[in-house]
Amino acid sequence: MTAILEIRDVDKHFDISGSFIDQLRISHGKLNRKKTVVKAVNNITLDVQAGETLAVVGESGCGKSTLARTVMRLYRPNKGEILYKGERIDNLSSAKMRPYRTRMQMVFQDPYASLNPRMTVRQILEEPVRFHNPGLSRAEVHDKVAEVMTQVGVDPAWATNYPHEFSGGQRQRISIARALVVDPEFIAADEPIAALDVSIQAQILNLLMDAQEERGLTYLFISHDLSVVEHISNRVAVMYLGCVCELATAKELFSNPKHPYTQALLSAIPKLGGEAGNHIRLSGDVPTPINLPTGCVFHGRCPHADERCMREIPMQRTLDNGTIVACHGVEEGRI
Amino acid sequence: MDKLIEIKDLRVDFALRAGTVQAVRDVSLTINKGERLGIVGESGAGKSVLGFSLINLISKPGKITGGEIIFNGHDISKYTYEQMREIRGHHISMIFQDPMMTLNPVLTIGTQMKETILAHMDVSEKEAEAICLDKLHKVYIPSPEKRLKQYPHEFSGGMRQRIVIAISLLTSPQLIIADEPTTALDVTIQAEIMDLLLELCETENMGLILITHDLAVVSEVTQRIAVLYAGKVVELGPAQEIISNPKHPYTKGLIAALPQMAGGKKRLNQIPGMMPSLLDMPKGCPFEPRCTVSLGKCKTEIPALACLDGGTQAACFMCEGGK
Repeated sequence: MTAILEIRDVDKHFDISGSFIDQLRISHGKLNRKKTVVKAVNNITLDVQAGETLAVVGESGCGKSTLARTVMRLYRPNKGEILYKGERIDNLSSAKMRPYRTRMQMVFQDPYASLNPRMTVRQILEEPVRFHNPGLSRAEVHDKVAEVMTQVGVDPAWATNYPHEFSGGQRQRISIARALVVDPEFIAADEPIAALDVSIQAQILNLLMDAQEERGLTYLFISHDLSVVEHISNRVAVMYLGCVCELATAKELFSNPKHPYTQALLSAIPKLGGEAGNHIRLSGDVPTPINLPTGCVFHGRCPHADERCMREIPMQRTLDNGTIVACHGVEEGRI
Repeated sequence: MDKLIEIKDLRVDFALRAGTVQAVRDVSLTINKGERLGIVGESGAGKSVLGFSLINLISKPGKITGGEIIFNGHDISKYTYEQMREIRGHHISMIFQDPMMTLNPVLTIGTQMKETILAHMDVSEKEAEAICLDKLHKVYIPSPEKRLKQYPHEFSGGMRQRIVIAISLLTSPQLIIADEPTTALDVTIQAEIMDLLLELCETENMGLILITHDLAVVSEVTQRIAVLYAGKVVELGPAQEIISNPKHPYTKGLIAALPQMAGGKKRLNQIPGMMPSLLDMPKGCPFEPRCTVSLGKCKTEIPALACLDGGTQAACFMCEGGK
């Protein structure tokens, strides 16, 4: 398999310190200028293979959505490289980026917020086709939209309706159609089913899997729901505080989690007919990404942390079964 | 076992300009002392309205139009607003979904907690503070003395929900209604909160109504589950039985639609279509348009809850026939 997308040592930081005046602080009788930076994504290296679904999981604030948006070049990374089929895209101007926009598309979490309420479904779906294929005739654009609408299970006869006239599940179908209508190769789906009901979630997941099969799509699937991730993905990357702590095939990760955070995350999932009370309890809360902990980002909550974890940032190591883990404990054989 | 609260044929209607929406339709449920009941359903199934109606928190144009809610021998559905204030937050308390919306951002945690105690109990300010500290201790808030003086924004999401739980415990209620208490929280925090709720219910012998869309969560925490669809209870029974041996086609579909761990990459079972609009309900069984096993009479008659083996009740003509 070849990598369709390569992410190399990518950092994304947000400066939230505000105006020059806001940055001024008085400390020890002196006037200092201090910047406050949210370190959302830190030194992430990932490959997405052609035709696979790579899921990125983690709790809120771990930087998973920022990663997806950085990959899509909605944000420009502060450091590192992003390569699409071997070509660097992280430093392209928006004009140069345009040809990649038809190849890389995104589906957003909230189907209520991501569709323009003042545009009909036809306008929403025709706009990207026209923009990327100016040579197409009206009839061709029309056919293209009807074809994709049928594929996602929305009757083309409803194309003249507005988004508010559809239910949440149908709206998410429309936003998937908007991504598919330019025939992309790669789709970054940012929590596409988090806002939907269980029975509708299943419909949308099936739709995503069918579309992948028919079109040979590659997905970067962002989610916080581990059982969904297990279902749809080939490989899973677990993120914590902007770092990837474990990357493994879905089967390996769910049957044999290595990183203590992955273990805690898996044990926290409620299981049908399971018993409460036997979850691994993590002490404390997720630290803020403004002041990252020294050493391993997880050491403050890790039941296995020792002095080395507080001091030294663990490097990613590949284990015999192909799992990549960043943990001193696993490396030393303690865990 | 002693009955704690008994809901008989409860109906809640919302009179809208477009017509009358029957959000809760003839729901009958009983919760015994110290029992934990889960109410499961999709959005719009009426589960929150049902929870709110128990303590008369429904806002206009919603109204309880029929049925009884017997709590400690009294029909509280007929209580006036003033009478209800005696019950609400005292004998029955409620935990809401979003802890950021429930707590007042401009008052300290201590002020908000003491307010609840002083409204319901005849104690001094000092005693009230002691109760606050005790309850904060129970929900594992570290250094509660310091925390009492802090504002909601100084707490994380999980801590805030634990404070909301502590507030609901202040008056030692007999019943807690928790409406999606962990939906806004992460999965590790959710596990923490659910473990805490379970522990508190057991040590304090409180009844719990857990309203959620997540079948897995209720199956871990509650003893009995009621499945709600379009304002009606379609299946009711012991949690383990409902999960391992669902009877109603909707419950079956709901469980099959859940991505199972260790299932591998395959298509999920999906329930076709979506819940009917409450303004335009089918004449017969509300699930009939989406049901794969419907009979002729499902279109015209509404099935009633019928007892089946395994202690469950289901409202389905197919189940009655023993299929």
